[in-house]
Amino acid sequence: MSDTVEIRWHGRGGQGTVTAAKVLADACLSGGRYVQAFPEYGPERAGAPLRAYNRVSSKELRTHCPVLRPQAVCVVDATLIDSIDVGEGATEDAIFVVNTSKDPKEIRAKLNAKSGQKVFTVDATKIAIDSIGKALPNASMLGALCKVTHLVSLEHLLEDIKKSFGKKFSQKIIDGNLEATRRGYEEVREG
Amino acid sequence: MSKVVAATGNEAVANALRQVDPDVCAAYPITPQTELMQRFASFVSDGQVKTETILVESEHSAMSACVGAAAAGGRVVTATSSQGLALMWEILFIASGLRLPIVMPVVNRALSAPINIHGDHSDAMGARDSGWIQLWSENAQEAYDNTIQAFRIAEHMDTRLPVMICLDGFIISHSIERIEYLDDDEVKNFVGEYRQLHPLLNIEHPVSYGPLILTDYYMEYRKAHDEVMTKVPGIVLDVAKDFEKISGRKYSLFDAYRLEDAEVALVILNSAAGTSKDVVDEFRNRGVKAGLLKPRLYRPFPYKEIGEALKHLKAVCVLDRADAFGGSYGPVFIDIAASLYSYKEKPILINKIYGLGGRDYFPEHAALVLNELIEIVKTGEVKTFKEYIGVRQ
Repeated sequence: MSDTVEIRWHGRGGQGTVTAAKVLADACLSGGRYVQAFPEYGPERAGAPLRAYNRVSSKELRTHCPVLRPQAVCVVDATLIDSIDVGEGATEDAIFVVNTSKDPKEIRAKLNAKSGQKVFTVDATKIAIDSIGKALPNASMLGALCKVTHLVSLEHLLEDIKKSFGKKFSQKIIDGNLEATRRGYEEVREG
Repeated sequence: MSKVVAATGNEAVANALRQVDPDVCAAYPITPQTELMQRFASFVSDGQVKTETILVESEHSAMSACVGAAAAGGRVVTATSSQGLALMWEILFIASGLRLPIVMPVVNRALSAPINIHGDHSDAMGARDSGWIQLWSENAQEAYDNTIQAFRIAEHMDTRLPVMICLDGFIISHSIERIEYLDDDEVKNFVGEYRQLHPLLNIEHPVSYGPLILTDYYMEYRKAHDEVMTKVPGIVLDVAKDFEKISGRKYSLFDAYRLEDAEVALVILNSAAGTSKDVVDEFRNRGVKAGLLKPRLYRPFPYKEIGEALKHLKAVCVLDRADAFGGSYGPVFIDIAASLYSYKEKPILINKIYGLGGRDYFPEHAALVLNELIEIVKTGEVKTFKEYIGVRQ
């Protein structure tokens, strides 16, 4: 991927999408890289569609505005595909990661992905229910995104999640999130 | 040894305040400043600072309490945004008139009505002539660095003036960025001990603050304030030099970006300056001699230095994230025009109002303006001197 990687997240309030963008920024600090993570602020409500953004670069990040031409699009809630054009502005070789139990080929067709674009799916909600006991797909999505973008290694991401969550949550929740991240990394499939 | 973290602008400024460990803090929450003071309040509760926090019921009271605490002899901080700064207005002049070196981060936000929580510069622009020093910050790193330097500037023996540190609401205050923190000890050594010269609480040497001065001496007092403001740029540069020694980061009165041989340039404050610099680079790559000037010390405005930096250009656009209603130009434009007024040869100036109420400023906007400047240089014709951009017609 190029010097600067721009990522757009699509989720719904309460799914941990903004937290995922923050954890990714933190994990990407390694190797002296510059990072940004920011959500689009509106009236925050559980279930309402939201966007969040990341930029990761080897150069200083000076631009401060939403990402319009993402190289990676992370769809944390697949029902959004019906109401929002999640592919808007995505680059010709953009990577899509979608949280769904459906076949990646089916999602690819639904997204109307261009030939150079790659579509990956992962059943992040199911993984979350299995490992955390709650439908919080953010950790598995992070695992999947890191696998397909190679932004950080799985080991590094797990270390960072341990550090970020360690201050706030019980060991059980941390372990569940680590398991969810690992499974997201392993179970992501290409369509 | 510095420490690299990913943090929000609010978090970074709160951390600077923790490292300085001021004596007193009186603040009232308002979006988007709330997170900053909430984090600082956590430092107080966790015993990481010895700061005494004062619970107040409004920003008017917050600034009033700061005035009292600073006159009493303390190193004092607060922070606010938008309506909060507007409500402080009366006391801002008292803080500066009494020469109390209060440090106040202002997380820039639009003013009501209509109510809007997002970033623009209307709040701080309304307080630009209140006798305070204003430092403006492009990103979280600059907001952190400016906050630390603000204490040295405010408390300098030649000035003793309050300082506002401006950073863009949400765009910087709530976005996570890479930031380099200095060591706690480095910051403590840099700001040093603060000693109020005439503390109100020194009962051995009683003093009076804020007495009545009528037609006899009021004007002399105001002239003294004007004179002390002229010393500020030199102090800001001296402090920046010392700060560079501990941080490696260079600061000046303003950022002159690729300006030396430029023919067209943008003048723009805060976060949008970063976005614009990337566009200036793109134009340079295409062979266009483009540049940018980003004011840092906005009050006192370094008229002479900025005039010198811009006078050789052919056309300049000043972008304002606030308007000065009444058919005149935006506030930054007015200052830039004044800084060039005395030169015979000077650039053509135009003014664009952008980003009000947090409206996004994209690279496309900077490109649009630069292209217009190129056209102006080519034809010598200006279609409109002042215009809103990024707005529905």
